[in-house]
Amino acid sequence: MSEDQLSRIFAALADPTRRDMVARLAVGDATVGQLAKPYGVSMQAVSKHLRVLEEAGLVSHSRDAQRRPRHLEAEVFDLMTKWIEKYRQRAEERFRRLDAVLEAMDEKETTDRQRIADDQKGAAS
Amino acid sequence: MNTTSTPGTREAQIEADPKLPTVRITREFDAPPDKVFRAWTDPGLVARWLGPRSVTTRIDNWDARTGGSYRYVAERDGQEIASFYGSFHEVRPNERLVQTFTWEGMPDGVSLDTMTFEDLGNGRTRVVGLSVVDSMEARNAMMASGMDVGVQEGYQKLDELLAGS
Repeated sequence: MSEDQLSRIFAALADPTRRDMVARLAVGDATVGQLAKPYGVSMQAVSKHLRVLEEAGLVSHSRDAQRRPRHLEAEVFDLMTKWIEKYRQRAEERFRRLDAVLEAMDEKETTDRQRIADDQKGAAS
Repeated sequence: MNTTSTPGTREAQIEADPKLPTVRITREFDAPPDKVFRAWTDPGLVARWLGPRSVTTRIDNWDARTGGSYRYVAERDGQEIASFYGSFHEVRPNERLVQTFTWEGMPDGVSLDTMTFEDLGNGRTRVVGLSVVDSMEARNAMMASGMDVGVQEGYQKLDELLAGS
């Protein structure tokens, strides 16, 4: 695939409303009207968002001119989000190991401080 | 795009800019900046968290000073599986760390990584890591690295999917 296409997917999913719409479409196909309802925005604004999603290959619509329900191309979406989520998970795993290192540093420092305090006490008595 | 985490958790967040070849990772830690910075720059501590659990990080060289350099090797069952090197462009204690990063398997690729350590008070720190590479393709490949499917396979599969949609 071209960088352009990949970038379009990134761009399409960069917007929170569009991510929301994708989440809604993951449940099932929906018309522009159904998609517009929860956001209190115009059908026009929704159509604009849908066009971005369609250009990225994430959303398609049937030829049924009356309703034209939108359909999520789940495979395209999954592949993209899987990439990012895996990347995120690897970072999160790394940071959890760092959490553990930071905690261990705490314990060591507490022990060191305690030893110094004990030594001082010992010296004073 | 952003991936969101459940509110109330402080899991790592990723932002891949749709227009720039960058990745931003944000994460909060229950430790003050000086301690987090130490865990990031002390080779003995770094080796304990940098690589995946199944991998041992062996530090070859580590000179965490402005203008210094580093190299480390990832080993699994005593076998070298990957090596990385770069320079410490700037080491500003407890505040900012700027490094270059190259995987030796792809010697022409280099990422410029800037980590900022923000004091959140109450012994907490937010670390923001920004990686910049030289093309969108390199950025996307970086995000796809480590996926079960290889990068090329991933691109090919996306190609097929997009061609069919």
